[in-house]
Amino acid sequence: MNLKKLNIENKKIRDFIPQALTVLALLSVIFYFATNAQINMGNRGISFGFGFLSQEASFDIAFSLIEFDGSYSYGRAFLVGLLNTILVSIIGIFLATIIGVIVGVARLSSNYLIAKTAEWYVEIFRNIPLILQIFFWYFAALRALPSPENAINFYDISYLTIKGWYIPKFVWTNFDIFFYSLILAFISIYFLNRYAKKQREEFGKILPTFTLSLGILISIPLLSFLLLGVSLSFNYPELKQLSETSYTYVNGVSIIPELIALALALSMYTATFIAENVRAGVMGVGKGQKEAAASIGLNKGQILKLVVMPQALRIIIPPTTNQYLNLTKNSSLAAAIAYPDMVLVFAKTALMQTGRAIEIISITMLTYLSLSISISILMNWYNKKMAIKEK
Amino acid sequence: MKSIKTWILVGFASLLLVACGQGGGGSGSKKSKTLDNTKKAGFVKCGVSQGLPGFSNADASGNWSGIDVDVCRAVAAAVLGDADKVKYTPLSAAERFTALTSGEIDVLARNTTWTLSRDADIGLTFVGVNFYDGQGFMVRKNSGINSVNDFRDGISACTNTGTTTELNMRDFFNSKNIKYEPIAFEKADEVVQAYDAGRCDTYTTDKSGLAAQRTKLSAPDDHKVLPETISKEPLGPVVRQGDSVWEDIVRWSLNTMIEAEEYGVNSSNASSLKESDNPAIKRLVGAEGELGAAFGLDNDWSLRIIEQVGNYGESYKKHIADTGILPNRGPNELWTKGGILYVPPAR
Repeated sequence: MNLKKLNIENKKIRDFIPQALTVLALLSVIFYFATNAQINMGNRGISFGFGFLSQEASFDIAFSLIEFDGSYSYGRAFLVGLLNTILVSIIGIFLATIIGVIVGVARLSSNYLIAKTAEWYVEIFRNIPLILQIFFWYFAALRALPSPENAINFYDISYLTIKGWYIPKFVWTNFDIFFYSLILAFISIYFLNRYAKKQREEFGKILPTFTLSLGILISIPLLSFLLLGVSLSFNYPELKQLSETSYTYVNGVSIIPELIALALALSMYTATFIAENVRAGVMGVGKGQKEAAASIGLNKGQILKLVVMPQALRIIIPPTTNQYLNLTKNSSLAAAIAYPDMVLVFAKTALMQTGRAIEIISITMLTYLSLSISISILMNWYNKKMAIKEK
Repeated sequence: MKSIKTWILVGFASLLLVACGQGGGGSGSKKSKTLDNTKKAGFVKCGVSQGLPGFSNADASGNWSGIDVDVCRAVAAAVLGDADKVKYTPLSAAERFTALTSGEIDVLARNTTWTLSRDADIGLTFVGVNFYDGQGFMVRKNSGINSVNDFRDGISACTNTGTTTELNMRDFFNSKNIKYEPIAFEKADEVVQAYDAGRCDTYTTDKSGLAAQRTKLSAPDDHKVLPETISKEPLGPVVRQGDSVWEDIVRWSLNTMIEAEEYGVNSSNASSLKESDNPAIKRLVGAEGELGAAFGLDNDWSLRIIEQVGNYGESYKKHIADTGILPNRGPNELWTKGGILYVPPAR
């Protein structure tokens, strides 16, 4: 054994010791805070534990994707809140991306009116605090909606009122078969695309992939309706009188105005940042690239798809990931307008009813962390996929 | 050079660690730490609501008033000799208990319902009741709803989140077998706005709260409170568990106000009653006995409460009755006059 290896003179060991000490110091700080919290909680007669999660919640939640009422546990209430947070985040991300791309492209338009409108949109919506926008959509814009008896009527199948947007309820029979047929369709499309790519690369044949994919996506689920006994009917919302002057709709599905206002505010706000990312991405692709592509005979669609977008996406994706994360975290402002997200249901209501502040806040923070990290991982994977592969 | 930098970094990290190690964790002492800290700071740290007329409400220049506020003022008068030496912290329903257990405030006087689980489970102690309330419903007058029995499936009800109200509401609708849509906001102001806009058919909270919030509606006269009361809501001040001296001070500050009303002692006649023939009154104004010594206060502590804050009846009249919130005292009348206000004797 070489004694020199364990000597302080050894550079590897010299470099290692400070790092180890730093980690140790950090752990000690965390340990100190944990112990301190424990001692103080002990002094004040507060116990620590997660047993409350299985206790009956005994409060109701207005809007839930899974079955819930007060006889379920706090754990289940947490799940309801988490799903509602995920729901509004997904809707928000989806809408923000669409609006963002449209506005971003519009800002580059050569039409003065379109470009200026897009610019004004961006400047107005990104410079007003989000919480005010949420209040605006909820208390100002939605307040203008009529009461149920005077609802805005969409062909007698859907009604928009101050109490919510009532849409028909889907009643499925054999939904599982339909679901499998969808999966089958997606698998077929995947293989079709692989086959088409092979054809193109080996024989130079170009198949109409898009039309074929669309055909598969429609025909396979359609077959499940015709041959396998899948069927779908609708329960339309019906007006119901509650008292002399108040009404509501029953039988349909109610999309609560809190969700609409929150999703609108989040997506309109975040879209401004995404629009700027898109603009930056497209402008970041050199003019010469397009000219070169045109000179080898690609048409306009091909230039956009094969030359401009792959390069623009490299610039767009990383900052847009940030915006997706921001949107998800900003959805915690839901509590202000009574949308039952994780913060309102769990970190406020459940915390209040149980008094378990440390446990509940820790769980909520860890959940947001996991949500954000999941989005990051997904977007990083997509970013890698889109990055230029050096051959 | 690089290694020198890292060593400096380690030095800082260890320093930080040592510094943290020296900051002590709180430890329970036999004497009243809260009382000592309050005297040292020169003000009572009091948690109040974010604005509930009659109970705790700030005017345009930031002066707080209300019967909850008067409890804090009484404590300040007893402990510090000046009812105005109070620092108010407005708290939402969700924040209030954490603020108290963490020591941000020392008295919570924020229309808080006394329940078993709050008292026993989360390190709090309720010291008494300064308002007997009950949960009710407010509806629009033109709705034709005259009683809770007129409620039908599909009704939407607005309320505050994180309160007993939310739980009572569920118990009530379940017992009546009515399907309802609960819309729970964090702040009372937003509940009022949503109800006013027509988002919900009824607004439910403590009846005193309904009466107070009704004044904030765009057309208060178009709304009414239904006669039924669906729950018991004894509201009272709360302190942290584990400081029994402080707990006693707050409890007896409140009791003094109620007892003073019972014996007809008020802010204007208190000092002249030092010569009273009734020993109970003499004890109350500090002319007899050594009651203050039991919690380390001088003998005039109760006299100061009555002189500076007034008795319970004065406080109720000023904040609740004269403001038109609940002119009728109902259960909040003295036991001698048909109510249920009854406090142990101060002797």
